[in-house]
Amino acid sequence: MEADIRTTGRLPAAYLTPGSSSFVDFLGRHAPELLPGGRTLPPVRGAVEAPHGTTIVAAGFPRGVVLAGDRRATMGNAIAHREVEKVFPADEYSAVGIAGTAGLAVEMVKLFQLELEHYEKVEGVQLSLEGKANRLSTMIRGSLGMAMQGLAVVPIFAGWDVDRGVGRIFSYDVTGGRFEEQGFAAVGSGSVFARGSLKKLHRPDLTERQAVTAVVQALYDAADDDSATGGPDLTRRIYPIVTVIGDDGFRRLTEAEVSDIARAVHDQRLQLPDGPRAAPL
Amino acid sequence: MTTPFYVSPQQAMADRAEYARKGIARGRSVVVLQYADGIVFVAENPSRALHKVSEIYDRIAFAAVGKYNEFENLRIGGVRYADLRGYTYDRGDVTARGLANVYAQTLGTIFSSAAEKPYEVELIVAEVGDGPEDDQIYRLPHDGSIVDEHGSVAVGGNADQISSYLDQRHREGMTLAEALKLAVESLTRDTGGGERSLTAEQLEVATLDRTRPQQRKFKRILGRQLARLLEPDAAETPDTAGDGADSGPDTPEPGSSGSGKDSPDAGE
Repeated sequence: MEADIRTTGRLPAAYLTPGSSSFVDFLGRHAPELLPGGRTLPPVRGAVEAPHGTTIVAAGFPRGVVLAGDRRATMGNAIAHREVEKVFPADEYSAVGIAGTAGLAVEMVKLFQLELEHYEKVEGVQLSLEGKANRLSTMIRGSLGMAMQGLAVVPIFAGWDVDRGVGRIFSYDVTGGRFEEQGFAAVGSGSVFARGSLKKLHRPDLTERQAVTAVVQALYDAADDDSATGGPDLTRRIYPIVTVIGDDGFRRLTEAEVSDIARAVHDQRLQLPDGPRAAPL
Repeated sequence: MTTPFYVSPQQAMADRAEYARKGIARGRSVVVLQYADGIVFVAENPSRALHKVSEIYDRIAFAAVGKYNEFENLRIGGVRYADLRGYTYDRGDVTARGLANVYAQTLGTIFSSAAEKPYEVELIVAEVGDGPEDDQIYRLPHDGSIVDEHGSVAVGGNADQISSYLDQRHREGMTLAEALKLAVESLTRDTGGGERSLTAEQLEVATLDRTRPQQRKFKRILGRQLARLLEPDAAETPDTAGDGADSGPDTPEPGSSGSGKDSPDAGE
């Protein structure tokens, strides 16, 4: 594609063809090799060894949603990275958190961010939250071939629905199935434990701080029982990434804010290692 | 048997240039000015939905006059070019210079190809830098030439007259309100020397603001904020007031869309 421009100098006809506002569609037609789903994969025996991201949790509260992730990436039984970021802003009003093969997940997020930005620039308006969630679904389905070879990417998408004035959470499966979650959701290897934790802690009327505390508690529980999920690393000062999306848009909590809550949770666990029993938040 | 009618190449090119210039001259002008915190784009445009000024990429914006469908096509081509380049390499590798070159080649090939009608458009591609000395503004006339501009530039119907008006009055380090008022003054001066008045509703204003915390520096100035900046005694209001809370760069104001009955290239 680049070479195309270099040889002729002018924009190729494809660039000037009226039509789709989707960047992914444009790539699919003109540079399919750049799409994750457009690659032909060599046959492999067994699972491909690549770093995997683990636990992502989301929780709603009346004025928005919280999306958070631990920082660990694992390769087999080894810790590949301790400071991986798995939660990203998708645009001004939404965020995406990704569990699964780290390299492909980051690529998918980059493409998804670009997809939303491209649409906004071409059309002059943003996609609806529903539209954004559906686009992500299509993109996951596009890389089903890789998922079947063990390179799966499973996201959670959370955002503020500007039209309806509510925060919404969507979870996905590897085939692109899209499910709207009520209240809270979790994906990744530690999700079973995180979901159990949130089931006990989450209420629909939480304040923002309570919701953030609830997801940090859930990540703590996931790290406690799942070796692939990293807990708050107080010695290295590595804390979960916590983001909040409300009617004023996406905000990533500062390290100071998260460390404050993570340390409070940790202090409680020194007394009650299995988690809070009364007045948990 | 009829002999083919001979037209000299000079004459053919002159005819094509004349054709394109006439098309461009029918529309109202767009002016682009540097100010202390960035670059401001001001166009007379009654439509809220069909834009003459648009975002291309993080620090790059596009302004155009002439035939709407032609420059809209080029704008989308530019967005595709920038997004693909940023995706292939890095966001920092998308530059106004690169984009201007691609536009120049595109316009140039179309202009000199006998099979195509020349585009009746004139474009501006601008990129905001870390400081005013790093700002880049390129003007691209219909024939595919590139002009590197500084300070202020106008394209469209009365471009020459407006440019000379701006050249005399524009200075470095103007505030946004000052630059905006100067731009509007220049646009209201008619060929006949008479003056019209332009209200906020008739203007399309956008900035590339280097002080914006977001990665994307493009921002439309709409409604109340625009009216406030145009007030005669407007002390420089902090134009970023409420910026943090506002939505994406291109999010239109509530209720501002859907009234686009006037096409921005409508001949006057």
